[in-house]
Amino acid sequence: MEPNTRKITSLRVEHITKRFPGVLACNDIALSVAEGEVLALVGENGAGKTTLMNILMGLYRPDEGRILINGEEVVFRSPNDAFAAGLGMVHQQYMLVANMTVLENIALGFTQAWSPLKLNLDMVRARIDEVAAKYGLAVDPDAFVWQLSVGEQQRVELVKTLCLGARFLILDEPTSALTPQETDELILLLKRMTSELSIVFISHKLHEVKNLSDKVTILRHGSVVFEGSTADHSSGDIAALMTGREIHLPRNEAPTCEGNPALEIRGLKIRSDRGFLAVDGLDLSVCAGEIVGLAGVSGNGQRELAEAINGLRKVEGGEILLFGQELANRSPRAVIDAGMGYIPEERNTEGIVPSFSMKENFILKDADEAQFSARSFLRLKEIDRNAEALRTEFDIRSPDTKVAAGSLSGGNIQKVILAREISRKPRFLIAVYPTRGLDMGAAEFIHKRLLEKRLEGIGILLISEELEEILDLSDRVAVIFKGRIIDTLDRRSADSRKIGILMAGVHNDEAV
Amino acid sequence: MTKQFKALYKTVVILLAAAAAMLLGALILWTIGADVTKTYSVIILEPLKNKIEIGEVLIRAIPLTIIALGISVAYRSGIINIGAEGQMAMGILAATAVALALPGLPKYALLPLAMIAGTLGGAAWGFIPGILKAKLHVSELLSTVMLNYIAAQFYTFCLRGPMLDPAEITMGSGTPQSMRLTKAIWLDRLVPGTRIHTGVYIALAMAFIIWLLLWRTSWGYKMRAAGASERAARYGGIGVAGYLVVAMMISGAFAGLAGAVEIAGVHRRAIEGITGGYGFSGIVVALFGGLHPAGIIPASFFFGLLIVGADMTQRMVGVPANMVLVLQGIIILVIVATRMVLANPYLMERVWRRYQKLTRRDKEA
Repeated sequence: MEPNTRKITSLRVEHITKRFPGVLACNDIALSVAEGEVLALVGENGAGKTTLMNILMGLYRPDEGRILINGEEVVFRSPNDAFAAGLGMVHQQYMLVANMTVLENIALGFTQAWSPLKLNLDMVRARIDEVAAKYGLAVDPDAFVWQLSVGEQQRVELVKTLCLGARFLILDEPTSALTPQETDELILLLKRMTSELSIVFISHKLHEVKNLSDKVTILRHGSVVFEGSTADHSSGDIAALMTGREIHLPRNEAPTCEGNPALEIRGLKIRSDRGFLAVDGLDLSVCAGEIVGLAGVSGNGQRELAEAINGLRKVEGGEILLFGQELANRSPRAVIDAGMGYIPEERNTEGIVPSFSMKENFILKDADEAQFSARSFLRLKEIDRNAEALRTEFDIRSPDTKVAAGSLSGGNIQKVILAREISRKPRFLIAVYPTRGLDMGAAEFIHKRLLEKRLEGIGILLISEELEEILDLSDRVAVIFKGRIIDTLDRRSADSRKIGILMAGVHNDEAV
Repeated sequence: MTKQFKALYKTVVILLAAAAAMLLGALILWTIGADVTKTYSVIILEPLKNKIEIGEVLIRAIPLTIIALGISVAYRSGIINIGAEGQMAMGILAATAVALALPGLPKYALLPLAMIAGTLGGAAWGFIPGILKAKLHVSELLSTVMLNYIAAQFYTFCLRGPMLDPAEITMGSGTPQSMRLTKAIWLDRLVPGTRIHTGVYIALAMAFIIWLLLWRTSWGYKMRAAGASERAARYGGIGVAGYLVVAMMISGAFAGLAGAVEIAGVHRRAIEGITGGYGFSGIVVALFGGLHPAGIIPASFFFGLLIVGADMTQRMVGVPANMVLVLQGIIILVIVATRMVLANPYLMERVWRRYQKLTRRDKEA
């Protein structure tokens, strides 16, 4: 296909059907987006949104149906065809090469800068600066991708897509890693951009759908169940249509507890992979039976903090006390044995062994426990029984417990991790972005479980960027900025505006 | 999708793959001017024609199985052992040393002792790259290959020096080999007239032990977890570095045992060239067998067949053995590719739908 720079004035898909073995991912789907329009695509995890977008981007080919741009049928054999047609997508799972710099990653698709023997990196750099300045998206072109937090990586993805000259944007949950202010800015930015291009975005956050989109299409089980103008429907209507039932995210209504300090951190210093002090003199305490929400933009030391507490990263100074027991620079095993439960940020690669079956993943921390092995021989029947019980209790949707954990959907993977961590009866729990990318049904489930644990007297440190999540669940909210707690707010005095300003590093309210 | 269709699909894919391999091979044989049909019949049929030849295939499958089992343990634990060649040599030296030092011991003592010595010799040689990787992050690819060179030179040194057969010195022929080892270390021949020895039982027992270790014990579980996802294993409190060392030692131990079995069962003395690439073929056998004992055993047999077949074509049709190795390479590539095709459910679905369209059209017509 010849690359062209014509404006995309309309995009339509008709009768798109895509089958995967045993699954009908998309069933006779039709969509249309006109010039300057923003279409929100909503639906639960596994409703077929991402599959549909991957078809639009040429990653999959539909079994049936066609795609029309400006009224002409197009066939995408590969993502290159889709790029050439002017479609650009930011995926939910970032498509970046971890051991290359941001600049190199963007140069990967930037064919103008390629010549047979030379890669014109200066040209790419100039383009990045141009796009970054135009849209106010700051990225460090020389940082290695593996050093970046998930949120920073998302920004790189956005910049990359824009640099490559996308004239039609597809965004798969674009704001899942941004602060409320950044989200508002992004929404404003995207609105401004609609004078130049049209946007399809996938989101679970209904207020964004309301704020940004002109039209909304709701998918359930691979079919379109609703389409219409956003202005005519309330968030509640949309949520109900999405899941087929009413959803109420639970709130922490219990009185503030006055337990003893369970986790105490004093003067903690931790280096990041890049060598600077990502956590620099952090103090924090969490009582038993209390949820402390740690709010902050990703990349302010949250990852390092969670890893250091769990023995996965070296501590340079300070102390971490769990019920008075020093955990700094202990092995992960020692931390686990001290009663720590941990829901890690990277659920797909760290929280589970993706190629192992679900039941094998349930014993990841306990293979040597008497419950699961006798004289080093695994007790297979007990492992099966345990897995079946957890699968039922945590409503993990899969044909059986033998399926590879990595093949499950994000929500189900998170349930597997949660089931394992909770069933181990921890004395303390650290949950990092526990509901990122999950639909409301799954988020509701996980929130309920965390609140239950709190009532049982377990201290929970909840690290999240979702202010609603933090405000719903926390007894106290600590805001982290550049590796320090810049303020701790009581639940009653906390609101999203205050926290949002603190997350941006501004301590004095009056300054804004 | 119907069951008949699935079976048909698989059969057709396998037949197509076999045809593709034969065709590619025929092209190569034709270029070097060999008699294509005759070469093929010799490779495939001759080694299975009588019990002597089948025996030859089996005695090659024994060390291949044992080495591949060890390599699969390392591989599943996330470390790649290319050093089986050197570990096998060290195993041979250790077993030979024991047999030479204690010739008076009865069989029930000497044979197990020599086997254990061989195992320990290999394990020691596997420990070095393991600990280097765990403590200093030295690439095991580098260290195992380098240790292969060292082991090969040390092996030659021993056979020309301390272990050299005294008879060779008196006769002045100076062939670098050890004295013929005492009968107490010999593994018995199983079938009269062939060279099949009781090492077959050792290989089968080892396959069972590895299966037990990897899939039935918490040790194996943790080793596999460390190999499948180092990050998740670390998160789960598994001491990944320690298991790397253990896995590498087990891997080395198996290569060492293979060496001890090989001298006790086949050569009955240490001579040059015993390892003869078993350490490298073992890697292919391990991967080819799906890193699982149940796959490794038939894979070893298949490779034994190819080795013997190569030898025979050289003698019977005058096609150089090296050419047969080229054919082997093609066969392996085709089999690997076929397995990828068979493991792809998407492709099968697409063929199924096309097939349905065709049959429908036929009916309408």
